Amino acid sequence: MTVEIEARVAELVKPYAGKRSELIQALHRVQSELGHIPKAAQAVVAEALGVPPSQVTGVVSFYHFFRTAPAGQHTVRLCLGTACHVRGAERVLKAIQEELGVGLGATSADGMFTVEGVRCLGACGLAPVMMVDDEVYGRLDPKRVKRILREVGKDGG
Amino acid sequence: MITLRIDDIPVQAEPDQTILDAAKAAGIRIPTLCHLPGLSPVGACRLCLVEIRNWNGKLVPACATPVQEGLDVVANSDRLRELRRTILELLFAERNHICAFCVANGHCELQDLAAELGMDHVRFPYRFPPLPLDASHPKFGIDHNRCILCGRCVRACSEVEGAMTWGFAGRGIFTLIEADLGDPWGDAKTCTGCGKCVQACPTGALFEKGRATGEQEKRPAIVAALTERRPRAQG
Ligand code: SF4
Ligand code: FES
Ligand code: FES
Repeated sequence: MTVEIEARVAELVKPYAGKRSELIQALHRVQSELGHIPKAAQAVVAEALGVPPSQVTGVVSFYHFFRTAPAGQHTVRLCLGTACHVRGAERVLKAIQEELGVGLGATSADGMFTVEGVRCLGACGLAPVMMVDDEVYGRLDPKRVKRILREVGKDGG
Repeated sequence: MITLRIDDIPVQAEPDQTILDAAKAAGIRIPTLCHLPGLSPVGACRLCLVEIRNWNGKLVPACATPVQEGLDVVANSDRLRELRRTILELLFAERNHICAFCVANGHCELQDLAAELGMDHVRFPYRFPPLPLDASHPKFGIDHNRCILCGRCVRACSEVEGAMTWGFAGRGIFTLIEADLGDPWGDAKTCTGCGKCVQACPTGALFEKGRATGEQEKRPAIVAALTERRPRAQG
């Protein structure tokens, strides 16, 4: 498995060989092909570009965009913006945690949902708001959140 | 030569010196924490903040601000003392700095500064995040609970040893100092085991194994001693 990933990543980052300033581009490329950037892939990127491994990990862990584990089938984006905060995003998050067993930045054990926090979805009038994939859900309360997640989960991928 | 005033005392300095350098030469004490002679200045901790009277009282980090002709610098005042104390309190509140249980008790720059600045209590709630301790290296250990993210270890490792083992992983208050790809220190392929990071660390975050609390004395001055004897290549 690891060997396979390594070979694939080595191929992907060939155009960036020795180009330290292209680190983010190379990581983007890896993530868009693999869906995430596991440790084995980070090691290959470091080697190919001539960047210290500590700096590759630093960049991957700094940007929320990069992930080190595969994403779930569905992505829940919970708004943590000001309006949603005031209207009870905390309670919504708690409900998500209860329903899926994981909080922000994590993927449920069944691989169904990845939960992310975002800042203002531009739908403050509907606060508190979350998106599940491309669908927006507003005026959430703990009960409704759980119902939505159950329905989406039932429909599968 | 450049002439400036620090705490109303006329001071002379070379153009490539910082306000901190000029103050030191004039015997004026400015507290520092992330700064370590021999490493590049980063201005991360803000403990060395000074006020520039003729810049409308603007606050700048003395360690990272070059001297300029005619600067009128306040290095010590009630305002600065209060700001520095607040910064220390925030550092204490962020992780776990209970000195009585720390290997560096009595040999810690953070503790010394708290005493110097008269920080007798913390006005912010302690966060006490449960952070790991990595004791996988045969000679050293790192306790993230004691780390203030000054980056002295990271700079000592990259600028002096050239190993680049340490880096910042994550961001904000969740940042951790990590080796290579977030590997246990003992497994880090790039680590030479030189121990410069341990000597550079101002707190008990990086420590030597097999040494009792009383012996956990650091020698941060070795960084400057090394770099002075081994001037960096030009360019
Ligand atoms: S381990 Fe020590 S030297 Fe490194 S960032 Fe933390 S406090 Fe600073
Ligand atoms: S703050 Fe949540 S949509 Fe604007
Ligand atoms: S010592 Fe100047 S900012 Fe830390």
